[in-house]
Amino acid sequence: MADTLRILVVDDELGMRLGIARALRDFAISLPDVNGEVRFAVEQADSAETALDMIAEARPDILLLDYKLPNMSGLEVLDRVGAGGTADGTTGEMLTIMVTAYASLETAVSAVKRGAYDFLAKPFTPDELRSTVRKAAGRLVLAKQARKFAQEKRQVRFEFISVLAHELKAPLGAVEGYLNIVKDRSAGDDHAVYERIIDRSLIRISGMRKMIADLLDLTRIESGQKQRELTSVDIIDAAHAVLSNNTAEAAMQNITLALEATAPISFNADRSEIEIILNNLVSNAIKYNRDGGRVYVRIRNDGQKGDLVISVDDTGIGMSPQETARLFSDFVRIRNEKTKNILGSGLGLSIVRKLATLYGGDISVSSQPDAGSTFTVVLKQS
Amino acid sequence: MAKTILIVDDDPDYLAQMQMQLEAAGYRVVPADGLAAAKKALENQKPDLALVDLMLEEADGGFALCYHIKKIDQAIPVLLVTAVASETGLDFDAATDEERSWVKADGLLAKPVRFEQLQREIKRLLKE
Repeated sequence: MADTLRILVVDDELGMRLGIARALRDFAISLPDVNGEVRFAVEQADSAETALDMIAEARPDILLLDYKLPNMSGLEVLDRVGAGGTADGTTGEMLTIMVTAYASLETAVSAVKRGAYDFLAKPFTPDELRSTVRKAAGRLVLAKQARKFAQEKRQVRFEFISVLAHELKAPLGAVEGYLNIVKDRSAGDDHAVYERIIDRSLIRISGMRKMIADLLDLTRIESGQKQRELTSVDIIDAAHAVLSNNTAEAAMQNITLALEATAPISFNADRSEIEIILNNLVSNAIKYNRDGGRVYVRIRNDGQKGDLVISVDDTGIGMSPQETARLFSDFVRIRNEKTKNILGSGLGLSIVRKLATLYGGDISVSSQPDAGSTFTVVLKQS
Repeated sequence: MAKTILIVDDDPDYLAQMQMQLEAAGYRVVPADGLAAAKKALENQKPDLALVDLMLEEADGGFALCYHIKKIDQAIPVLLVTAVASETGLDFDAATDEERSWVKADGLLAKPVRFEQLQREIKRLLKE
């Protein structure tokens, strides 16, 4: 990124304006957090009036303003143009450097109080000028970057909410449709049809409830507001609890659940987080399995520090490399012929990944279409 | 004999709801959850009418299917159903002859569709 900042020099002395222009003509700075250089384009105004017109037309990035101008003082100019941003100057589009021959502390303070960013005492050397400009430029560029990041974050947030709205409207629409059928008795007199209506409505409502629960987990993790209680957790015990919660679901599809762990494993963690991770992986392994399949949970310690490695194997429908590449993003559900009747919020794996990063770890997957998938979560011991 | 209606929609609940109501109203219903399933169903039978959601999984799936049906038999009436207006604010209709020829459909209903309204449209197109 090559950036050019516009500097407006306001001084009634031609010599001063030319001197400043010359000192900044070939001046370039590089900032540690920014790629590329920052250069300067210098414009000049010989009076306060001209300066105000020029600023009204296009605000420069930096205003080098002489304190003592013929018809108007620099402070008045400053009042007229305003600081151009919040009090801390970071969101302003223009930083003012007051140039003064009366280098008293009072002048400087009153200028800064009225919104000037810095001041420069006459006479100054080109190096002093450049060092003051460098400071202002650094601040401007970083503020610009911060605004860009904030903008991108808002954009991501907005997309998330749009998708969320759509995902919540779908089950509501379905249930509403079924209720209208019941209200109008428009599906005839067959009792079985109404049983099906109730079943489907309940399924869609429980899917929605699950989505809201996942969403709350996700926002708590993201906002850092979740109260974390790090203690020594018996991981095998947690895994048994999660498996027993999933037994009924597995039994409906004749799926066997198995846990393989060598010895008791304890790990410094928040137990509820470990359970959320395990539960998401196990319930996915059941949902995306075949009838009569198997789910295999392996837990072990790894490395000198005793990192925790959890892997969950299934014998299910598997995924193509293109599908696995998209898998860990918010609301991504792999939609194809094999998954069309499986309900899910599309948030489970996002949650697992975000939790894993809290432990300095990550999640990975290897998968074979129609053979099965293995999800592996590694958590680092702190 | 009961008239056959092909319903194409990628939302399984919407599909089920339409099927329940149309069957109760005395039609034979062939449900299809996408472009591929609809084309497959059309290999074996010619429906008296098709009810097609514009937005299928496949991009432009609804339009593609309209075209496909009209190629099989120009006389099969096609009713397009779409949430496009409420979701995107897109102005879109098949009320005039010109619009109908352009979308290759005989009518267009905006989701959510009231069932009586749908039934009226179906009756009109089947000339019942």
